[in-house]
Amino acid sequence: MSIASVEPNAPVTPLLDHLQALEAESIHILREVVAEFENPVMLYSIGKDSSVMLRLAQKAFHPGPIPFPLLHVDTTYKFQEMITFRDEFAKSVGARLIVHTNEEAIADGTQPFKVGTQRCCGLLKTKSLLDALSAGNFDAALGGARRDEERSRAKERVFSVRDAGGQWDPKRQRPELWNLLNAKIRTGESIRVFPLSNWTEIDVWQYIHVENIPIVPLYFAKEREVIVRGNSLIVQEQPFVVTMPGEKPQKLMCRMRSLGCSPCTGAIRSEADTVPKIIAELVATRQSERQLRIIDHDQDGSMELKKREGYF
Amino acid sequence: MASSTSSTTSGLLRICTAGSVDDGKSTLIGRLLYDSQSVYDDQISSVEKASKNRTAGPIDFSLFTDGLKAEREQGITIDVAYRYFATARRKFILADTPGHEQYTRNMATGASTADVAILLVDARNGMLAQSRRHAKIARLLGISDFVLAVNKMDLMDFDREVFEKINDDFEDLLAGANVHAIPMSALLGDNVITKSERTPWFTGPSLLEFLENVHVHRNLAALPFRFPVQLVVRPDSDFRGYAGQIAGGTVRVGDRIFTWPSGRSANVKRIVTYDGDLDMAFAPMSVTLTLDAEIDISRGDTLTAEPPMVGQRFEAEVVWMDERPLDPGRTYLLKHGTRSVTAEINHGLVLNQIGTVMVSTARPLVFDRYETNRFTGSFIIIDPSTHFTAGAGMIVNPVREGSAPVTHTMTWAERLAQIARGAQSDEEAAELVRKALEEMLT
Repeated sequence: MSIASVEPNAPVTPLLDHLQALEAESIHILREVVAEFENPVMLYSIGKDSSVMLRLAQKAFHPGPIPFPLLHVDTTYKFQEMITFRDEFAKSVGARLIVHTNEEAIADGTQPFKVGTQRCCGLLKTKSLLDALSAGNFDAALGGARRDEERSRAKERVFSVRDAGGQWDPKRQRPELWNLLNAKIRTGESIRVFPLSNWTEIDVWQYIHVENIPIVPLYFAKEREVIVRGNSLIVQEQPFVVTMPGEKPQKLMCRMRSLGCSPCTGAIRSEADTVPKIIAELVATRQSERQLRIIDHDQDGSMELKKREGYF
Repeated sequence: MASSTSSTTSGLLRICTAGSVDDGKSTLIGRLLYDSQSVYDDQISSVEKASKNRTAGPIDFSLFTDGLKAEREQGITIDVAYRYFATARRKFILADTPGHEQYTRNMATGASTADVAILLVDARNGMLAQSRRHAKIARLLGISDFVLAVNKMDLMDFDREVFEKINDDFEDLLAGANVHAIPMSALLGDNVITKSERTPWFTGPSLLEFLENVHVHRNLAALPFRFPVQLVVRPDSDFRGYAGQIAGGTVRVGDRIFTWPSGRSANVKRIVTYDGDLDMAFAPMSVTLTLDAEIDISRGDTLTAEPPMVGQRFEAEVVWMDERPLDPGRTYLLKHGTRSVTAEINHGLVLNQIGTVMVSTARPLVFDRYETNRFTGSFIIIDPSTHFTAGAGMIVNPVREGSAPVTHTMTWAERLAQIARGAQSDEEAAELVRKALEEMLT
């Protein structure tokens, strides 16, 4: 790491630039988790934020290995490129990967167009996550959510307590002052930890750029076959995603701004095929990151409700 | 990590807002986010849709910041929310804190990490009890750079005298701090991003110009070296490193350091990071140190260059944040840096009360005065049964072991009230309280 303002004649005292300051803060958080909890786990969603969290974990415990496993809650509806990337990336950083799926719900034929997005998320993400956490007996779960993503997340603490049912009570959050993180929990409670709380989407991309961090190729623009549905470009990966009358798959230059399940995450039209081009595109865009994430908009206060129920 | 620029100001500025309900905090933040293009079109249209037009114009800016359903339903901000925006010069983290008195604890939370406080005042009302209270909390939490945003100037015809009168009123309260006062209309955008033509008499920078350029007077790297050990990193028998975030000062390879509370010394052998070893590191970097001698060091110990204050008793200002009052008969958990200990506190406080107390800990702590170092001078108090973060403390003074226990148990507020009662007139009371407060805060 090279440091700002350390030219030989510079009279000024040294300072960190904003990415270095965020990095130092996140490393502090990751180390607190390992020091204070018996059995932490990192929720690994395969997205860019997960990639950044993994790099920060490598830095925090260097020269030792990453001292916790990764947990991927697999809905089975993720993009195939994500799964390929997941397996290679986890192996390359030397972390143990746990994959958990709500097999029962999948066997019942659960999918968003059959049961609706709210119930689908509830079964395949929230319930599956809570089951996996209790099966592993994890007392702390690290997640890559950021406060700038969504307005209920702007209220989230870095150490966020969940009750025995995995639920969040936004009205009874612990005050969090200075860098002092309260890790005390009662039996049955657990903590969700958000080391990237203070990062913005652009910070994440700038960090990926300066650190040269691998990410899923879906983030880069290329010609893909998609169904144009309103503002959203849907990639047809699942058999139940079918064209409606008048729709016809077409080839368009596009990329994913945010990664989720393929039926519920739209691509955006884009020519950005490198990280600097993505950053330039983000600086110019007028649409928010999660705008094409259907699950954020399926009811008023969607994310807050999902979070209360245990979604991360 | 490669750093891109060297500049005279830090790349990251942390700000908190303060002020009474309806002084226009949310509107100002909305305006800052909107004009710096930090909110997106889909967020704007969803807010427009939901706008019940509570206070603001066509867009109710507060709906951007009030993230909880309960807040939107009640039309008030309950919990601190964090906002992020950037200009070409700087990145900003803004803690948007509630104005209601019952949420004072959240004001303290927001102020605890802020470099600068924006204190909003409604030009029609001037200084209210809550703005005064927030200013005091911000000072107590160690903020010495303020923007006094005299808002709603459009409703006072941008009258210079109104602005200067309010400015004068706050001069005493914020004495000793660096104060930049700005006449403003958050709703219409005057002096928020650019200078307003409607205040030709105002010569200072706009709010954003000020925030982009303010030099924060706190400089952690210039303080004495403090390194609270977070973790001992031992991947194999050849490597034993101490991981932590530097809480003050700088450290170089070869420096002689002491470990506390044991007092044993060694030299710094390596400063290890994932990106390669460093010759020098400074606060607030997160690094791993190795030493040239085998000494017993574990989490909670502190490495320093000079002997620090070490003790089990100190005087502290405490903000109480739990509905269950502080009970001097109970034993609490106290977290200071990376060390957690049990502690007793000599007198009670109720929710949102701030008081000077005596803290006795079961094991020694290595600390500084809060006014010297925010990180080594602060602690939180945890309720041992609910595990709620019940109090936040700032160390004022160490108390020598064996010295007589301090008997005065009057709180901060009680002392001020007593002083005010002794005065002959309201003016005299205000003056006496001001002086007393100044003494307490400096």
